[in-house]
Amino acid sequence: MSTAARSFGPVILGVEDVSLAFGGVKALTEVSFDVREHEIRAIIGPNGAGKSSMLNVINGVYHPQKGHVTFLGERRHAMDPHHAARMGIARTFQSLALFKGMSVLDNMLAGRNLMMRTNILLQALRVGPALREEVRHRRRVEEIIDFLEIQHVRKTPVGRLPYGLQKRVDLGRALAAEPKVLLLDEPMAGMNVEEKQDMCRFIVDVNDEFGTTIVLIEHDMGVVMDLSDRVAVLDYGKLIGDGTPDEVRANQSVIDAYLGVKH
Amino acid sequence: MASAPAVADTFPKLLLAHAGERGGRPAIREKDLGIWQSWTWSQVAEEVRLLAAGLASRGFRRGMHLAVVGDNRPRLYWAQLATQALGGIPVPFYQDAPAPEMVYVFQNAEIEFAIVEDQEQADKLFEILPQCPKLKHVFYDDPRGFRNYRREELADYETLRAEGEAYAKANPGFFEESVGKGKGADTAIMLYTSGTTGNPKGVVLSYDNLVLTSRAYAELEGLRDDEEVLAYLPMAWIGQNLFSYAQWLVTGFRINCPESAETVITDMREIGPTYYFAPPRVLEALLTQVTIRMEDAGRFKRWLFHYFMGVARRVGARLLDGELVSGRDRLLYGLGGIFIYGPLRNSLGMTRIRVAYTAGEAIGPDLFVFYRSLGVNLKQIYGQTETCVMVCVQPNGQVKPDTVGPPMKGVEIRLLDSGEIVLKSPGLFVEYHQNEQATREAKDSEGWYHTGDAGYFDADGHLKIIDRAKDVGKLQDGTLFAPKYLENKLKFFAAIKEAVAFGDARPEVAAMINIDMQAVGDWAERRGIAYAGYQDLAAKPQVYELVRECVEKVNADLAADPKLSGSQIRRFVVLHKELDADDGELTRTRKVRRRYIAEKYESVVHALYTGADHCWVEAQVRFEDGRTGTVRAQLAVQEAKTFPPAARMAA
Repeated sequence: MSTAARSFGPVILGVEDVSLAFGGVKALTEVSFDVREHEIRAIIGPNGAGKSSMLNVINGVYHPQKGHVTFLGERRHAMDPHHAARMGIARTFQSLALFKGMSVLDNMLAGRNLMMRTNILLQALRVGPALREEVRHRRRVEEIIDFLEIQHVRKTPVGRLPYGLQKRVDLGRALAAEPKVLLLDEPMAGMNVEEKQDMCRFIVDVNDEFGTTIVLIEHDMGVVMDLSDRVAVLDYGKLIGDGTPDEVRANQSVIDAYLGVKH
Repeated sequence: MASAPAVADTFPKLLLAHAGERGGRPAIREKDLGIWQSWTWSQVAEEVRLLAAGLASRGFRRGMHLAVVGDNRPRLYWAQLATQALGGIPVPFYQDAPAPEMVYVFQNAEIEFAIVEDQEQADKLFEILPQCPKLKHVFYDDPRGFRNYRREELADYETLRAEGEAYAKANPGFFEESVGKGKGADTAIMLYTSGTTGNPKGVVLSYDNLVLTSRAYAELEGLRDDEEVLAYLPMAWIGQNLFSYAQWLVTGFRINCPESAETVITDMREIGPTYYFAPPRVLEALLTQVTIRMEDAGRFKRWLFHYFMGVARRVGARLLDGELVSGRDRLLYGLGGIFIYGPLRNSLGMTRIRVAYTAGEAIGPDLFVFYRSLGVNLKQIYGQTETCVMVCVQPNGQVKPDTVGPPMKGVEIRLLDSGEIVLKSPGLFVEYHQNEQATREAKDSEGWYHTGDAGYFDADGHLKIIDRAKDVGKLQDGTLFAPKYLENKLKFFAAIKEAVAFGDARPEVAAMINIDMQAVGDWAERRGIAYAGYQDLAAKPQVYELVRECVEKVNADLAADPKLSGSQIRRFVVLHKELDADDGELTRTRKVRRRYIAEKYESVVHALYTGADHCWVEAQVRFEDGRTGTVRAQLAVQEAKTFPPAARMAA
């Protein structure tokens, strides 16, 4: 495959000087970095480094005590999740957020909830505009099902699927919202090697085909380095490194954080 | 049978005939984005016309080969037709063939043009491109993942189609003219057969071969133009080509391409094919699924299932053959139909099947009878790529699980002294591509094709295939000995995974047996038999007892066969380790290497023929990490009961 120099757009998401504390525990301390349009941006760090907190700040679940989040030029002290979703930020969850008793198809249709324009009465009656809208949504969801190669489980209740496949459905649910930025919280956690490879391929394909900007948190260093355009490294809530995978790999404080250091 | 005009002797001509006669009817369907999309015969004809024009504008000429790499996709079918319309020859590939194995075929057929399904397949072609410099054009169906490809060989289907539109406008009438030039004797397709040794051979089949064979099948089974057929097997396989391509064009029925390999079962249920073709492994996978789901069902449902399956086993197949059955059994079978068989056929997608075929390898009698007893008219056929699978078919109403039926109309069969089957048939291939020597070896000067299989006709004139001719031997007293036949019979038991039979130039038949760890393990667990591992389990007296029962059932079966009753298995041993390809005991395709095993386990063979009741064995094994070690064990040698040959009356 040709890996011609990838080109990125302007900064789409910026984190400026964000600090977050829970009582006396400092989860994040004055963290700043940015995400450019169309790139795959990873946030890595050892356990408890503040990765998930960072994602939750971007997503609007946590409100930082200090600092700002800029998205699409709009600067806010704090997002709220609903607003973030409306503006085009979707996410997947480490501990999956799916309706276990519902089919894959219905879960993904639920992911388009924010885009439903007709009211509940029209939908219940399945008349005119509601019917046309449903056809449109179904088509989009089917495209994603095709894209993620999960046609064979389309009508299967999510709870019956193996974990690796549920992760893929969770990704599909997030994609169904047609986000500009996709936040992935440990997309490969608990997967075997083959599932990881599949997931990597899907992430790259999503980025490539839909042009979605991707921010991902991941534990598995090997995966991150192969996949990402730029990597931000957190340790004890502080940003200790930021740059291309090669730069980060050569960064002494990153090496210390991961491998430990003599005191 | 569809009344295709007598002049339509090539596939492109047949296509045009269908477009004229039944232009508005769906010819092909594909499930895409969850919906079955159809194309009518006229639409297909138009697509093929544009595609052919596109290929012509790129310099595709009469007699050239075009590689088709991918799963069953309508566009790949159209590419085959477009190639044939231009007088070219499609060469389909198995979609899972690894790139290095494709090199030889590309070189041998001097392929310049290829159409692939997706990026995965295109990547394979680019991998072998340095070794296949002739390859100049690669077209792809699914554009996904191609965004960053910058290669001049590459173009997508839409581009080719658009070029075709322009070309067709500039050259009106070119398509009809090109189709008109085709003759029945022209080469229609080339299919490569994987030889066990050496390079694959390109089997050249003419339109006459395929069209006449398809007509013969259509006539035999009364196929109509409203049959529904599922096109789900590899395009490179003769079975797929004959049943979903040649017969499609000859009879004008509908083919349906499933969404993906994983959705075949669901898609089959939605389509409800009326005419179905499946190799034994597919039927086995279906049965396994049913069995597993039944194990999970409630106690009452399980009882109901087992009770009525018992009834079906007793009378189902006989009813299908039109035999007389007692009124009570008829009633029970009718009830079973309501409670079990009907719903089961429905969930298998087999409700509407009129004719189903299986071929490709030997099918276990239990498996075969299972489907027949459900009321599915499953039949075995026998044939090779070289004969367009036109040799024998089991006739309706006279299906015997252990034969492949009488020769089809137009097929002449002779048996050589060695037992080898030689034949002449309208489907007989033209030649092996650029391999005169192999052609001469397969087809003798009088035109008889040597199948390499050994067999004989039973009292009803049905052909029974027993083994590869070169493996068939004789016991010291001259009795026919067909090792593979015995081994297959043993392997049809769930408890037995592999078996090796000895007997050539020996006084009697003896066998080494490998148990199936999974099946026997489960069996032992249910009986509370504790075991430490494979070796321990294999040596348990209860397991020997289980295996002996299997061997004796085989012997009882053999006793009923006048030719093979002398080759009953007298003594056997259960091996302490699984035969493994890594240890050189099996080939990579899991065929036993009989001679090598005889040498390696010489002490065991010795014990089998000296009357000893046990033997010591030491065998080298190679572990998965590459280390080798030695396994030592004492094996018991046991005798099995044999039966006097029964003089069976002709049924």
